[in-house]
Amino acid sequence: MKGLIACVMLLATGWSVAAETPAVSLYDLEEHLVLQDGRSAMLDVHRGNKVLITMFYGGCQATCPMIIETLRSVESKLDATGRQQLRVLLISFDPEHDTPLALRDLAVARRIDTTRWTLASADSAAVRRIAAALEIQFRRLPEGQISHANVITVLGSGGEILARSTRLGSADDNLVQALRGR
Amino acid sequence: MNATPSRLIICLLAMVPAVALASGGRDVPIAGGRFESVLPASATTKTTRVAPYRLDTALVSNEDFARFTRANPQWRRGAVKPLLADSQYLRHWVSPTEPGKAIARQPVTHVSWFAANAYCESRGARLPSWHEWELAAAASEEQPDARADGAWRQRILHWYSSSARGALPDAGASPPNYYGVRDLHGVAWEWVLDAGSMMVSDDSREQGDPDVTRFCGSGALSLEQKENYAMMMRIAMLSSMKASYTSGSMGFRCATDVRASR
Repeated sequence: MKGLIACVMLLATGWSVAAETPAVSLYDLEEHLVLQDGRSAMLDVHRGNKVLITMFYGGCQATCPMIIETLRSVESKLDATGRQQLRVLLISFDPEHDTPLALRDLAVARRIDTTRWTLASADSAAVRRIAAALEIQFRRLPEGQISHANVITVLGSGGEILARSTRLGSADDNLVQALRGR
Repeated sequence: MNATPSRLIICLLAMVPAVALASGGRDVPIAGGRFESVLPASATTKTTRVAPYRLDTALVSNEDFARFTRANPQWRRGAVKPLLADSQYLRHWVSPTEPGKAIARQPVTHVSWFAANAYCESRGARLPSWHEWELAAAASEEQPDARADGAWRQRILHWYSSSARGALPDAGASPPNYYGVRDLHGVAWEWVLDAGSMMVSDDSREQGDPDVTRFCGSGALSLEQKENYAMMMRIAMLSSMKASYTSGSMGFRCATDVRASR
C-alpha cells in the first residue's frame, strides 16, 4: 500500500513537473506590428485572449479570401461568449503593399469586424521570424506573387501554441476544441 | 590646382583604414547575376537573378558566437526561449558563455535558425539566402561555376558520402574558392535566410498540380538539375529543420546587401 502511495505521489510529481515546463509561447518573439488603423503594437497585442493567428497578403486572389472564410467558420462554432473572447490576428507577408490604408480597405471590403479582428504588417525581417515560428513557408516569386502555406494557429492567452491546422474551406475541429478548452 | 593630386592621395590614404575596418577581410563582394539554381525562383523561370551581395569568407566560429552570447544574455544556453532554440542549443560548450579552448576556432554548431539570424543582425548583417549561398558554392578554386565539372562534383560528393567525420576543422581553414569564400563544402551544413521556405515536398518530384489549398501562388517548387545530388542533400537537410532545431553539424555564416553607394 505504501508502495502504491509512493508510486501515485511520484506520478503526481512527474505530472506537476511536466505542467511546469515552460510552454512555447509565440510572444517570446518581441516583434513590432503596424495595425490597420495605423497604430503600432507588439505581436502580443491580444495577450489575455485566445487568438486565431495566420499570415496572408492583400494581393493574393486565390486562397486568401478562403483564409478569411475559414477563420469565420471556426469562429462560428463557438458560443456567443467564446466568440466575444476570441481575437483574430492576420499578419501580412507583404509590408511593401499592405500599408495600413490597404489593410483598412481590405477590412471594409471583406466586412471584417475590426473590434475583434486585427490586420497587421511587420517589417520583412519580422515577417520571416513570425513565419518561422508559425511554421509557415513562404517565398516571393519573381512575378510579385507570394507563394505561401496556409496555417492557422490557436494561441492561448499567454501566446502558447495550442493547435495548428492547414485545412482551408471548413473549420478544423482541432482548432475549435483548442478554442473551447480552458 | 597643383595640390589636387597630393590631396587626393592623402584622401585615399586616409580612406584605407576605414575600408579595411569595414570589411576586415571577413567578407567578400560577389557580383551575383543570372544563375541557374537547383531551386528555381518559380515554376516558370529557369534562371534566378541574384543581386550583388557580400558573403563571409568563413563560417562563424565558437569564439565569435561566444562574444555574441556575452553581449546578449537572452541568447545564452539556459536562458534562450524554447520557441527560439531547442534543448540541444550550444550543449557542447563548457559553459553558457565559454565554448572551451579546444573548439574555440571551430565553426559554431548546435545553433538554431533564430539564433543564427540574431547573430547576423547584431552585426548589421543577415543570413545569406539559399540562392546567394548556392551561387557562391557553385565555384571551384578556379571557376565561378564548376557544377558541370564531373571531377569537382565527385570531390564534393565524397564529403557528403563519408558518414563518420572526425572533429570539425577550424573555421576558415579550407582553401578559398574563386570568390575567396571558404568552408562552403566539406565542413558543415549551413543555415540560410529562407531555410523554412525551401518548399520541397515529396510531391514536387512528380510534376502534378500544386496543392492549391495549402499553397497560395505557384505551389511547391520543383527541383532542377537532379544530377546535383550534393545540393539536393542540402535542401533536404534544410527542409527537415524547423527554425528552433539545432544540430551538431549545422553552422552558419552571414551576408549583407551591397548598397548602390558602395
